[in-house]
Amino acid sequence: MGLDFDTAEPAPVKILQSPAVRIGLSISIATGLYGVSFGALSVTSGLDFWQTMALSLLLFSGGSQFAFIGVVAGGGSGVAAMGAATLLGMRNGIYGMQINALLQPRGWRKFAAAQLTIDESTATSTGQTDPDEQKRGFWTAGIGVFVLWNLFTALGALAGGALGDPKQWGLDGAAVAAFLGLLWPRLKGREPVAIAVVCALATVLAVPFVPPGVPILVAAVVAAGIGWFSHGRSDEGLEPDVDPYAEDHVHHHHDPARDSRGDRSGDDA
Amino acid sequence: MNLWMWLLLSCLLAYAWKLLGYLVPASLLRNPRTSRIAGTMTIGLLASLTVVNAVASGQSLVLDARLGALAAAAIALWLRAPFLVVVIAGAAAAAGLRLLGWD
Repeated sequence: MGLDFDTAEPAPVKILQSPAVRIGLSISIATGLYGVSFGALSVTSGLDFWQTMALSLLLFSGGSQFAFIGVVAGGGSGVAAMGAATLLGMRNGIYGMQINALLQPRGWRKFAAAQLTIDESTATSTGQTDPDEQKRGFWTAGIGVFVLWNLFTALGALAGGALGDPKQWGLDGAAVAAFLGLLWPRLKGREPVAIAVVCALATVLAVPFVPPGVPILVAAVVAAGIGWFSHGRSDEGLEPDVDPYAEDHVHHHHDPARDSRGDRSGDDA
Repeated sequence: MNLWMWLLLSCLLAYAWKLLGYLVPASLLRNPRTSRIAGTMTIGLLASLTVVNAVASGQSLVLDARLGALAAAAIALWLRAPFLVVVIAGAAAAAGLRLLGWD
């Protein structure tokens, strides 16, 4: 058995040399860790352990999961929670289309890939140019985040249940911070900021007049109206909320604009 | 039981969105208006969820320790802190303000 070394060793070493796999693993760890905050917030919002786990295992999309428990925590109805979570999940359909074009998964892989289609796996995959790397990146980040996100959700749910009064620990403040943290990376430029401000105002105006949870749906309608009637970038807000290549951009030349800049400085020298 | 039903339905719909991208012909979804609405709605929903969790309490607007959490999170994000640190900063600010007596 031990003599299998020679044949077994090259494969894992090669895999770990793949930049997409390494990026995928690090994004898995970073994202998985904050599953703790989801698990803890979920049980303090009034969901039980298995409801919390069902969201992480089956719904598996951070923003929508936080939306669901956010509405429930605010006293909203189940149907309002579902509405917010579902509308927020629409972008995953667009990601699915991108991944389908890049990876062209066949048979059961298509259905597995669909469940793993989230911000992190899409960002890791689309940041690569080589088709094999795109494939490795998607599956590494997808499976990695899935496993760790669920593991840490369970941990957070168990810890959150033991906390007692959630307000004393500032967990309602943690929820506010979590949503701002999900929104922040999408606010690149003036237009997304304007959309965010308008929707925030619409929400505040709606709160006194409609049942809890519904103001979020009002904001969704306003946002959809802006998207329908204005003509801006068609991918506004659709860059996944993580940039696994943030550090790479400094050294490498992923985008053409950066390349030309690099070339120019080369000419100078 | 009622919450379970909406929860499982949410899971089903979330998977339906994801799968749709793989099953529908690319040309149909590549419509720029579709992806633009998906994008503006993502921004709008997250902005709304942030505000609701910061100032709404049932059907009234309340200014309490959660505003401190919002400010702390914004500062942490400004300083490019990782997500988990942002969340902890929000919790610490709210808990700290309550300790100081501002609810």
